[in-house]
Amino acid sequence: MKAVVTVIGKDTVGILAKVSAVCSEHNANIVEVTQSVLQNMFAMIMLVEMPDVSDGLGFLSDRMKELGKQNNLQIHVIHEDIFNTMHKI
Amino acid sequence: MINTADILETISMLNEENLDIRTVTMGISLLDCISDNADTACDKIYDKIMHRARHLVKVCEGIEREYSAPIVNKRISVTPISVVSASAGSDPAKYAFTLEKAAKECGVNFIGGFSALAQKGYSAGDLELIEAIPAILSETERVCSSVNIGSTKTGINLDACAKMGEIIKQCAKLTADRNCIGAAKLVVFCNAPEDNPFMAGAFHGVGEPDCIINVGVSGPGVVSAALKKQPGANITTVADIIKKTAFKITRLGFLIGNLASERLGIPFGIVDLSLAPTPAVGDSVAGILEEIGLEKCGAHGSTAALALLNDAVKKGGAMASSHIGGLSGAFIPVSEDAGMIDAVNAGCLSLEKLEAMTAVCSVGLDMIAVPGDIKCETIAAIIADEAAIGMINMKTTAVRIIPAIGKKAGDKLNFGGLLGTGAVMDVNPFSCERFIRRGGLIPAPVQSLRN
Repeated sequence: MKAVVTVIGKDTVGILAKVSAVCSEHNANIVEVTQSVLQNMFAMIMLVEMPDVSDGLGFLSDRMKELGKQNNLQIHVIHEDIFNTMHKI
Repeated sequence: MINTADILETISMLNEENLDIRTVTMGISLLDCISDNADTACDKIYDKIMHRARHLVKVCEGIEREYSAPIVNKRISVTPISVVSASAGSDPAKYAFTLEKAAKECGVNFIGGFSALAQKGYSAGDLELIEAIPAILSETERVCSSVNIGSTKTGINLDACAKMGEIIKQCAKLTADRNCIGAAKLVVFCNAPEDNPFMAGAFHGVGEPDCIINVGVSGPGVVSAALKKQPGANITTVADIIKKTAFKITRLGFLIGNLASERLGIPFGIVDLSLAPTPAVGDSVAGILEEIGLEKCGAHGSTAALALLNDAVKKGGAMASSHIGGLSGAFIPVSEDAGMIDAVNAGCLSLEKLEAMTAVCSVGLDMIAVPGDIKCETIAAIIADEAAIGMINMKTTAVRIIPAIGKKAGDKLNFGGLLGTGAVMDVNPFSCERFIRRGGLIPAPVQSLRN
C-alpha cells in the first residue's frame, strides 16, 4: 500500500529527519520525496510504501499528527488511492 | 509521483472545504422477515439487521482512519414497514421499536423505512402505519419515516396529501418541547427513489437486492472554492468547473462505497450524486449560487443558476461512477444551509421562490419551518403543489416541513447539529381547504404534448 505524506510549516532544523524517523518506525519505505523552502516555509511531499497490515496507515497518521503538533507543522497522511481515484479518469 | 497540484488540492478539499462522505447507508430487505405474527416478524427483523449491519459503523470508522476521508453518517434503510407489517394485521409501533433497538445496537444515528407507499391509494397496513407516525417519531430517536403520495405514473393521492397535512402537524405538536423535531424526521414524497441513502427519506425499495451499500457524497464548499478561483469566468466555464469538481467528489464516494462494500461483503449499490450542505460556514449550496453571481440566494436568477448547478453536478458525477441513483442533485434544505438561513432572514428567500427552485433541483421543500398555527389543509396543499412539480417533471420531489408550534414568522427553531436552525417562514394565508377536502386522485399526466 502506498500513501502520500505532506508536511507544511516553518522551516527548522531536522524536520526531514523527524518525519523519516516516524516513517521508519512504522516500516514505511520512502519511495519519493519532493521538498521546497520558500521564504522560511517548508513544504514536503513524500510517497511512502507500507506493508498491508491492518490499520497500519491509521497508526502512521496518528503518530504524524502528534509529531505535527509537537513541531508546529501541518502533516497529512493520505492513502494513494484517494488521489488516483479523484484525479484520474 | 502523483501531481503536486492534485495532492495540495485534495488536502485543501478535505481539510478546509468540508469535503466528506455524507453517508454510507446499508439497505436491508425485510421481505423475508414477514410473518402473520408481529412478534415473530420483529424477532426476525432484529436478527437480520444485527446480522447484516453489526459491523457497519466499525468498518466505516476503519476506512475513515485509513483514508483520511470523513464519513459523517452511518445509517440503515429497510423495506417500507407497511409492506412488512401488513400480514400481521397491524401494530406498526412494535416494528418501529424493533428498528430503534437494532439501530441503537448497531451504533447508527438513523434508520429509515418506517414508510408507506400510498401513491394510488392505501393498501393493508398503510393507514395504520401513517397514523402511528407522530407517536413513533416522538418516542423514538433514530427512526425516520417517509410516505410516497404521488408519482408520474399514478398521479397524486389527494386523500393521502390531506392525511399527511394532519400527520405533520401532529408530529410537530407531540415534539413541541423538543423544537418540533418529530416533523424533521418525516418526508412526504412524489416519485420516491428506492435506493436513496439520505435521511429522513431513505427506505429500501422492494425491487432492491437483499442487502446493499449506498453512498451519499457532499461538498458544496469544494464547488464554491473552485468557483472562487475564477471569479470572472463566463457561465459555460462555470458549468465546466462544477462538472469537474463533481467528478472528483463523486469519485471519492465511489472509492469509499466500494471499500465499504468489499469489507462488509455486501454488494455496492449506488453513489447519490448530491451536493448536501451543512450549517458549517462555507459548506453551503446558497453560497455556490452567490459565488455564481447572485447577491443572495432567492434573488431573480436563482432558479437558472440552480438549474445549471444541478445539471453540471449530474454530468460530472455520471462520468465518475457507473452506478448512480438516489436523489442525485443539489439539495436546498433551508435550516441546514447557513446561506439559505441568511437569505430567509434578509427577506430574500420566500416559500414561493423555493418552490420554483425545487422544479430544477433535487428533493424539494426541505427543512422549512412554518408558523405553528398553519392549517393542516395548507400543509396538505403545499405537499400537493410540490408533488405536482415532481409528477409533471418526472422527478423526485419531497416535502419536509416543520410547523413551529407556538412560533410565528421571523422566529427561530434551533434543531442543533446537522439539522441546523430554521427561520420560521411566512405562508400564504388564503384558504385551500375546499380543494384539499375534495379528496380523490389527481390523474396521472399525459406524457406527450409536453409544453
